[in-house]
Amino acid sequence: MSAERQRRVPWADGAFAIAAHAAAWLTLALLAGIILSLVVGAWPAIREYGVSFLWRSDWDPVEEKFGGLVMIYGTLATSAIALMIAVPVSFGIALFLTELAPGWLRRPLGVAVELLAAVPSIVYGMWGLLVFGPILATWVQEPMQRWFGEWPVIGGLVSGAPVGIGILSAGIILAIMIIPFIAAVMRDVFETTPAMLKESAYGLGSTTWEVVWKIVLPYTKTGVIGAVMLGLGRALGETMAVTFVIGNFNQLDTLSLFEAANSITSALANEFAEAAPGLHQASLIYLGLILFFITFVVLGCSKLLLASLKKNEGSKT
Amino acid sequence: MRKFSAAAVVGMVLVTMATGSCAQDVTGAGATFPAPLYAKWADAYNKATGAKINYQSVGSGAGLRQIRGKTVDFGASDMPLADAELAKDGLVQFPTVIGGVVPVINVRGILPGQLRLTGQVLGDIYLTKIKRWNDPALVALNPGVALPDAAIAVVRRADGAGTTFIFSNYLSKTHPEWKSKVGEGTALDWPGGIGGKGNEGVAQNVQRLPNSIGYVEYSYAKSTRMTHVQMRNAAGNFVQPDDLTFRAAAAAAAWDKSFFQILTEQPGKDAWPITGATFILMHTRQDKPAAASASLKFFDWALANGDKMATELEYVPLPDAVKAIVRKSWAQIQDGTGKPIPTR
Repeated sequence: MSAERQRRVPWADGAFAIAAHAAAWLTLALLAGIILSLVVGAWPAIREYGVSFLWRSDWDPVEEKFGGLVMIYGTLATSAIALMIAVPVSFGIALFLTELAPGWLRRPLGVAVELLAAVPSIVYGMWGLLVFGPILATWVQEPMQRWFGEWPVIGGLVSGAPVGIGILSAGIILAIMIIPFIAAVMRDVFETTPAMLKESAYGLGSTTWEVVWKIVLPYTKTGVIGAVMLGLGRALGETMAVTFVIGNFNQLDTLSLFEAANSITSALANEFAEAAPGLHQASLIYLGLILFFITFVVLGCSKLLLASLKKNEGSKT
Repeated sequence: MRKFSAAAVVGMVLVTMATGSCAQDVTGAGATFPAPLYAKWADAYNKATGAKINYQSVGSGAGLRQIRGKTVDFGASDMPLADAELAKDGLVQFPTVIGGVVPVINVRGILPGQLRLTGQVLGDIYLTKIKRWNDPALVALNPGVALPDAAIAVVRRADGAGTTFIFSNYLSKTHPEWKSKVGEGTALDWPGGIGGKGNEGVAQNVQRLPNSIGYVEYSYAKSTRMTHVQMRNAAGNFVQPDDLTFRAAAAAAAWDKSFFQILTEQPGKDAWPITGATFILMHTRQDKPAAASASLKFFDWALANGDKMATELEYVPLPDAVKAIVRKSWAQIQDGTGKPIPTR
């Protein structure tokens, strides 16, 4: 039967191989094309500022002076806050769903988490601006200003007008957005742990925590790091929700978590349509190139991390 | 069924050919501020004549790029180009409607049109020099108004916008320090405040934040029923924003000399000081005379029949004298042989 089919279409294998190859090469060609067009578009700004663009903090479209530090800081700070919140919470969700939850609860809860991932980002943005921002300002920032306002470092972190918009709001909204992604992937990889390994550990008298920490996590670390990177990638690139809650203010005078700031994606979304051709537009494209570079570095770091984890495998912990 | 659909297709083709023979599709792109009006005009024009006008509201800057690249038949911008710049690109511009930018506030107890501001005070607020509502400068302008002892939350546009150009142009004219520190443009290096995306972004932030101030297009302030303020104009009178004060600002401009008119801080005792017109840009030398003619026919029709629609949407139609000058200016738009494009 199979031999007969093979005889009927002798070229099918070859054609499929070529198609698969072409698809793979197409992605590479697209990647190269995107980098190339970004570099060409950003060229006026690269020629004008070079690498100093990375640490120049002025952004003045009237005087045509541009620097990316404010946006780069905003992007990194909001993503860092998002990860700090989202990773432990997602870990908790995945742990609960795979180890602790009773059977009847697992499916509905799992579906609910996956549904959260399908909510459009602009909905999170609107909710953040209209509902969450005021709550954050009244119930978090104002009390913290009352308690810590005079303290040297913490006082600086909570200063600013209580408007509920800024780095912290953006970070928290991003965290809420990436939790479903990280949690869903973590749950899936946790479930791949062979039952025999876990049962053996339980049989030796391990607690649930010990099983998760010493058996499940080491077994699934590649998948877990992949889940975190997926979340981070989404946090770095998220645009609409961040634009709503970050305040879009180019400043670095204060590092307050509650002060309006700006991120790369938000600056691009706001200014690109109206940017005059020339240095302004080139600087925006330069920012896009930097974001591309940041995600590239993040991806590279995760690969390095995985490689070093692999090297230590088998050694005593 | 098949017979029926074949007949339908033939009928459609006949209809398309019939209308296609007398009407040309036109594409324009640019400013977002007049987009609702252009869409309404295009719809009514389509019903009246069968001609189709596609307008993409992509923003003034993008509209300018597209008309320079000749990818559209007309561009639209809230920021007029200087005559020299027009000549360099081989473009002409003409105004279509007038609108105003209105400072809006959200302060408990202050009614719409009650608070009085000057360019100096508004500039100080946006420079974050005046930080509280009960600042002496605000109290002196507003005797009898209960101004709260609260911090002012400043809201402004985050995206590049013709609205911001008109607003910052006004502040540059009335506030020397603003002119030297910030200047004017569609996007600025803002000294402070929260950036909202679009008129709706500013409106949302102002409505949400107690004790805030922002600026939006008049039509937007009106439709969302926000608390607007009075402004002191160049003649020293405090005026309310409405179609009469916008018209007064437009009347004083020297339209017969050039369409490069920025209507902020115009003389005239009733003139609203933060007024601006929105403009259409076209090439003087047309490669596609048929499309240019169709565009001009549309605007000719809109100037003649569009005033009521404009007023319904809270825009201010051009005065008749200005319309006559606009029509006269179309003689500059010519085909390859130097003949003016027919506009009727």
